[in-house]
Amino acid sequence: MNTAKDDDWDIVIKPKEKGIHLHLKEVWRYKDLLYLYVKRDFISTYKQTILGPLWFFIQPIFSTLIFTLVFGGIAQISTDGLPPMLFYMAGVLCWNYFTDCLSRSSGTFMGNAGVFSKVYFPRLVVPIAGLVSAVLKMFIQLLLFFSIYIYFLFQGSPIGVNSYVLLFPLLITMMAGIGFGIGIIISSVTIKYRDLNILFSFAIGLMMYITPVIYPLSAIPAKYGALKWVIQLNPLSSIFEAFRFGMLGTGNLSWGGLLYSSIFTVVVVLIGIVTFNKVERRFVDIV
Amino acid sequence: MSNISIEFENISKQYRLGTIGTGTLTHDLNRWWHLMRGKEDPYLKVGEVNDRSIKATSDYVWALKDISFSVEQGEVLGIIGKNGAGKSTLLKILSRVTSPTTGSIKAKGRIASLLEVGTGFHSELTGRENIYMNGAILGMTRREIVSKFDEIVDFSGIEKYIDTPVKRYSSGMTVRLGFAVAAHLEPEILVVDEVLAVGDAEFQKKAIGKMKDVSQGGGRTVLFVSHNMTAVKSLCTKGLLLENGISTYSGSIDSTINRYIAGTRDSLRITNNVNQHIKTSEDNLVLEEIYISTNNEHGVLYIDEAFECCFKIDFKERIDNFNLSLSFCDEVGATVFVTTTAVVSCERGEKLFKCNIPANLLNTNLYSLILLLVKNSSQVLTRVDNALFFEMHEKGREGTYFEKFGGGIRPLLKWEII
Repeated sequence: MNTAKDDDWDIVIKPKEKGIHLHLKEVWRYKDLLYLYVKRDFISTYKQTILGPLWFFIQPIFSTLIFTLVFGGIAQISTDGLPPMLFYMAGVLCWNYFTDCLSRSSGTFMGNAGVFSKVYFPRLVVPIAGLVSAVLKMFIQLLLFFSIYIYFLFQGSPIGVNSYVLLFPLLITMMAGIGFGIGIIISSVTIKYRDLNILFSFAIGLMMYITPVIYPLSAIPAKYGALKWVIQLNPLSSIFEAFRFGMLGTGNLSWGGLLYSSIFTVVVVLIGIVTFNKVERRFVDIV
Repeated sequence: MSNISIEFENISKQYRLGTIGTGTLTHDLNRWWHLMRGKEDPYLKVGEVNDRSIKATSDYVWALKDISFSVEQGEVLGIIGKNGAGKSTLLKILSRVTSPTTGSIKAKGRIASLLEVGTGFHSELTGRENIYMNGAILGMTRREIVSKFDEIVDFSGIEKYIDTPVKRYSSGMTVRLGFAVAAHLEPEILVVDEVLAVGDAEFQKKAIGKMKDVSQGGGRTVLFVSHNMTAVKSLCTKGLLLENGISTYSGSIDSTINRYIAGTRDSLRITNNVNQHIKTSEDNLVLEEIYISTNNEHGVLYIDEAFECCFKIDFKERIDNFNLSLSFCDEVGATVFVTTTAVVSCERGEKLFKCNIPANLLNTNLYSLILLLVKNSSQVLTRVDNALFFEMHEKGREGTYFEKFGGGIRPLLKWEII
C-alpha cells in the first residue's frame, strides 16, 4: 500500500484547514473565469434593454438631481460652497460604489448557491469579480462626474483638483475592503439565519445617513456633538471627505480619520477572509 | 512504484435532518461552547446509519461512514448503490463542493467534476458566451476552450442557435450544450454523477460513446455514478458498492453489480414463502405460497442439481381452462425462457403446482420469475412480477479458468469427437 506523504499529492481534502487560506495561486489559475464573470456582469445587466449601457449614467444622474432638489433646494443643507450637483454626485458615486462592493460580497454565497453546490472552483473568484465589476462601474461613472466637473469649471466655480487626488486609489481600495469584509460577515450570518437579511438590508440604507453623502462633515452643528462623534466613528466618513477634498478642493481631510479607516479596513478584511474561509467549506450543507 | 491516483481514508459525512430553525441555534451554541472548552463536538457522537426508509430517532445522520479505498491511475471506478446510499455525497466531497466531517482524501492531478449538466448557465447569455462561462467554471482555460470551441458546438448539434440566448433553448438543447462542454474536459481525474441520462436516444448514444473515449484513452482516472447498470458495466473496470453510507463491497465491476442486484432484491426477496397472500382481482383464488424446494440442506442452488419451484394456490371456486406459466428472467429483466403447464381445470380447494428444474439447465446467474395465470389463453387471472428470486451457484471447476460463462442458460450437452 502506498504511504506517501502529503506533499506527494496535488490535492488533499480534509475536514478543516488551519489558518487562513486564500488559494491565491488557484485564483490566478482561474483568472479566465474571473474575467468571464466580470464580462457576464456587464453583459447580462443591460441585456434586453433599449438604453443599454446608458443606464450606468442615468441612475447617478437621477439620484444627483433628486438630492440636489431635496437636500440642496428644500432642506438647504450646506455643500461647503461647492456646486450642489458636483457635491452630491461625488457622494452618490462613492456611496453607490461602496454598496455595490458590499452587496456583491454579501451575495457571493446566496447568489451562487446553485453553482457552488455542483462544481468546485476557488470561491474567492466570485467576490473578486464582483469588486472588479464595481470598480469598473465606478470608473465609467467617473466619466460622467468629470464631464459635469468640466462644465462647472468653465462656469468659474471655485473647484480644483489638488495633490490629495493621489489618494484616490487608496480610497477606492479601502471602500472595496470595507464592503468586502462587511459583506462577507453579513453573508456568513445570513445563509443560516435569514432573519438578519431583513435587518441588514435596511441597516445599510440607514447607514447612508451617518455617512457624509448628502452633507459635509463641516455642516454638522456644534450642538450635535454626539452625532458628529458617531459619524466620525463611521470609517467611511473620512474616506468620503478625503475623496471630495482631493477632487473638489474643499472638505475635511483628516489624517487621523484616514488612519482609523485604514486600520478598520485591514481588520475587517482579515475578519472577512477568515469568515470566508469558514463559510466556503460549510456553506453547501447549510444554505 | 505505486500509481495510486486517489486515496480515500475514513471519509465520513454527517448531515442534520430536518429544517434549520430555533433548535439549530441551540445546537450551534452548544457545539461552540464545547469547542471553546477544547472538547469534542457533542453532535459527532450521535447520528445513525443512513437508512432512509427507517424513521429517524436522532437529528443527525451519517450520510457516509468510514469510507476507505483507493483508486489506481487509469482505473474507471463505478460507484453503485441505491438512492440515498451516499454515492453523490462521496463525489461531492471528492469534487470539493462540500467537505468531509472526518477523514481525508488525497489525489494526484486535476479533478474535474460533472455533477450536473450546464452548471452556471446564465439564461440571458448566448450559447457561445455560455460555452466560455461553463468551460471556465469547470476549470478550462480560455485558450483550451477556444481550441475546442468548434468541436463542442459540433458535438452539441445546436450550431444554429449558438448566438441565441440560452433562455430560448429547449431543455434538451440546454443539456446537449452543457454535456458537450463537459465532455471536452481533459483532467487527470474525472468525476461523473448520473449525467448520461440526458437528451434524446441519439444524443445519449453519443454521450455514452464520448464517455467511453474519455475513460479509455490516456490513462485517465474516472469515478462514475449511474443507475444504468449496462452503462456502468460497459464503462467501468472496478466497482464500489455503497449501502446506507457504508462501503460494503469493492471488486471487479461484474461482481459488484451482481452483489448490488442481490442486495436490492434482498429487501423484497421471497425465497421460501409468500407472507402476504396474493389474490386475483376477482377474488376467485389466493396464491398462498411460493417456494423453492431442494434436496440439500444448505439451501444453496447449484447448477448441477435439480430443484423445484412450488406454487400453492387456494381456489375459491372452480376455474376452467387455465394455465400457469413461468418466465425466467436474468439480472436485467430479459426473459431467458418461458415454461407453461397444460391447460387444466381445478376444483375448489388447495392445489400445489411444482415445476421441476432439471440439473444442468440454468447458468450461474440471478434469476427472477414472473408468474402468470391465464384463462382461456387470453384472460390474465393474475400476474406476479418477481414472484421468486434465486441465484445459481457453481461448485468449483477444474482447470484454470474461473470466470463466469456467458449466457442465460448453461445446458450440459453431449459432445462427440470423432
